[in-house]
Amino acid sequence: MSKKMRKVALFLPFLTFALLAGVFFSQLGKDTQYMPSALIGQPVPDFSLVSLKSNELVSKEALGNEGYLINFWGTWCPACSFEHDYLMKLASDGINIVGIDYKDETQEAIKWLQEKGDPYSVVLLDELGNFGVDMGVTGAPETFVVNAMGVITYRHQGIVNEEVWQTMKGYLK
Amino acid sequence: MLPEIGHFSLILSLFFAAALSIVPILGYVKKHKVLMAYSVPLTHVTSILVLLSFIVLAYSFVTDDFSILYVSQHSNSLLPTPFKFSAVWGGHEGSLLLWVLILCGWASSVAYKGKTLPQDIRALVLATLGLVTTGFLSFLLFTSSPFIRLLPDTPVEGADLNPLLQDIGLIIHPPMLYMGYVGFSVAFAFAIAALISGNLNSSWARWARPWTSVSWAFLTLGIGLGSWWAYYELGWGGWWFWDPVENASFMPWLAGTALIHSLAVTEKRGVFKSWTVLLAIFTFSLSLLGTFLVRSGVLTSVHAFAADPTRGVFILALLFLFVGGSLILYAMRAADVKSEVSFGVTGREAGLLLNNIVLVTLALTVLIGTLSPLIYKALDIATISVGAPYFNFVFSLIGLPLMIIMAVGPLLRWNRTKLDTLIKQLLLPLVLAAVLTGITLIWQKFEWITLVSLFVAYWVLLLTLIDWMAKLGSSSSEWWAKARKLPRNYYGMLIAHLGMAVSLVGILFVSVQSQEEMVRMSQNDSVTLSGYEFVFKGVSKVQGPNYVSDMATISIFEEGRQIATLYPEKRIYKARTQMMTEASIDAGLFRDLYISLGEQLEGDTWGLRVHVKPFVRWIWLGGILMTFGGLLSALDKRYRKVAGARI
Repeated sequence: MSKKMRKVALFLPFLTFALLAGVFFSQLGKDTQYMPSALIGQPVPDFSLVSLKSNELVSKEALGNEGYLINFWGTWCPACSFEHDYLMKLASDGINIVGIDYKDETQEAIKWLQEKGDPYSVVLLDELGNFGVDMGVTGAPETFVVNAMGVITYRHQGIVNEEVWQTMKGYLK
Repeated sequence: MLPEIGHFSLILSLFFAAALSIVPILGYVKKHKVLMAYSVPLTHVTSILVLLSFIVLAYSFVTDDFSILYVSQHSNSLLPTPFKFSAVWGGHEGSLLLWVLILCGWASSVAYKGKTLPQDIRALVLATLGLVTTGFLSFLLFTSSPFIRLLPDTPVEGADLNPLLQDIGLIIHPPMLYMGYVGFSVAFAFAIAALISGNLNSSWARWARPWTSVSWAFLTLGIGLGSWWAYYELGWGGWWFWDPVENASFMPWLAGTALIHSLAVTEKRGVFKSWTVLLAIFTFSLSLLGTFLVRSGVLTSVHAFAADPTRGVFILALLFLFVGGSLILYAMRAADVKSEVSFGVTGREAGLLLNNIVLVTLALTVLIGTLSPLIYKALDIATISVGAPYFNFVFSLIGLPLMIIMAVGPLLRWNRTKLDTLIKQLLLPLVLAAVLTGITLIWQKFEWITLVSLFVAYWVLLLTLIDWMAKLGSSSSEWWAKARKLPRNYYGMLIAHLGMAVSLVGILFVSVQSQEEMVRMSQNDSVTLSGYEFVFKGVSKVQGPNYVSDMATISIFEEGRQIATLYPEKRIYKARTQMMTEASIDAGLFRDLYISLGEQLEGDTWGLRVHVKPFVRWIWLGGILMTFGGLLSALDKRYRKVAGARI
């Protein structure tokens, strides 16, 4: 390597870093909520969870061949309470929503659904959060779109509302 | 009044730190001895002021002074006193203060221990540390002061410390971790001093070595503690999650491991000079990057502090100043460095080069994995997240070759190794390892990957043993005297390498042989897993200091004999009405029995998760060995003697 080349090469670490710093700067203050998981394009992981309403074990085969939403929620989560009204509206529009009662108290969950209405076709108990781990959930609420093939097509962290739904519904097809 | 004193003391310390980063440099430029000598008292005064302010904050926590916003957010009068103290670093502001305090502690130790350094080098090193301190003190004061008051509407009660953090593991984990990655600032400062003074011979490497080893030892301990904490506290038996924040501590560890080795070559053989400087900068940069990622909110993580874009911009500016500045300095100065010594491909230098390539590759792999969601998003290609499969794949691919390099490396001679001698040395342990693996196989069945790794682990163990015995020579009479004469540095290396093998065995067994089952149980139901019978004895209510809990009793039988009783809990913490699963563990050297209590399903039926985890303790046992090895090698007499002989 000639001396000049070597001099230029020595600047490479700095240039790489400068580029990276630019990326960091562009991402500061941006919404990190939009971060779909590695599961996108993958089938829903196998599970076997107890249903809140029928008290039976439900596995993913029972969820049918139509597209649906998987919604992680919990009575301990204030944001879920805000989200609830919109989920009620979606349910009345005929959207199939599977609720995962995430790290929660069963009795509280029953009370919550009695008081606020029940938008879910089925509510499954994930009291230890193990299914949440399989799905890569970091908190509640969090919603996954599963298409008719049983493949996860979209992930949303945070509250689902009209605006989010406009993006989301396209993935349900 | 007291909090104001703490705040004022912090402001004063900023001025002293600023003076520390300017005065010695002036002295260096003007060749003015007195100005350079000011670096020592300035360092100590800064440290004392920061310490004072830390003590004030800790005192405010212990005495429940909820008029301080930070205290009211992270403590509660019901909190047990040790947790009140550890709550000091339970949030962003306090943990940053701890960060700065530890940085000052390192700087003061260098000032104290550095009497034997050439005066200009000491001044430059302390000034560099002063500059870093100035940066972080201003970050602390301008964006995240822990002393902001809630007056006159003082809350009567605090919001409590996050229950996840109310744990002995978390009292010591952050300080150890910070000791580690802040400690790399010392190696960084020596590298910068070497670049500025143009004195890039092997002496800077000798000065930086013990500091780097100690920092590395602390970082190892910190990471180990974090993993141990996650294992028993998060309640689902995992011990490493490839979370961005874990990665943030793991990257400096990998780079620091590489640095320890390349410093050794630079010191002893005078090669890789320019590379070692770059690596020192790289290691500390990764530490800073970790701080940035955790505190700016650019990545989502379970550990992340509340995100605040102003803080993000500030710390990015610091990152740019320190990393960018030092890399430019490097680019301008390193061109003058020439390595006079050449070395052969069979020499120890080549082995260590290989070690460095592998470790840096691993560090970059983690870096890319951690940052790729960000980069993809910035380039608007797609939004992705990189999970455990990517990291596990890369590490299982590179892990074993790294172990082999680690075992063979110490047997190599400097410059050139006779291959036939080496092969002779390798062969006997190879055969023995195969035999040992065979014996283990009779005792238990394994998958092939575990088998191969077990074989390599045995091989590493035997090679290490043989290397040690070869050093002692054949005469049995002087055995003990010779063993004592071998340098601490060498024993440090042996122990750290053994620790690595022990951890690897733990990691492999846990990942491959673990058993777990999720069960519904009523009173006196039982379940059998890996030959252990778990009998559920029911659940009772228990009252804790700041929580109430459902506590289950499970008796465990092995071949009809009771061996343990476990009490997993589900706690509700009052102040935050937050629920926590407290797993209960029967720990053993060869296996852990691990139970976490789930939901009450109906009546007295409960959901439980039962794990049997073979060799899981070995992961942390290896970590302890590595820590010990790192500390031991830093205590080598040579560093003191040689340093004293200079000047």
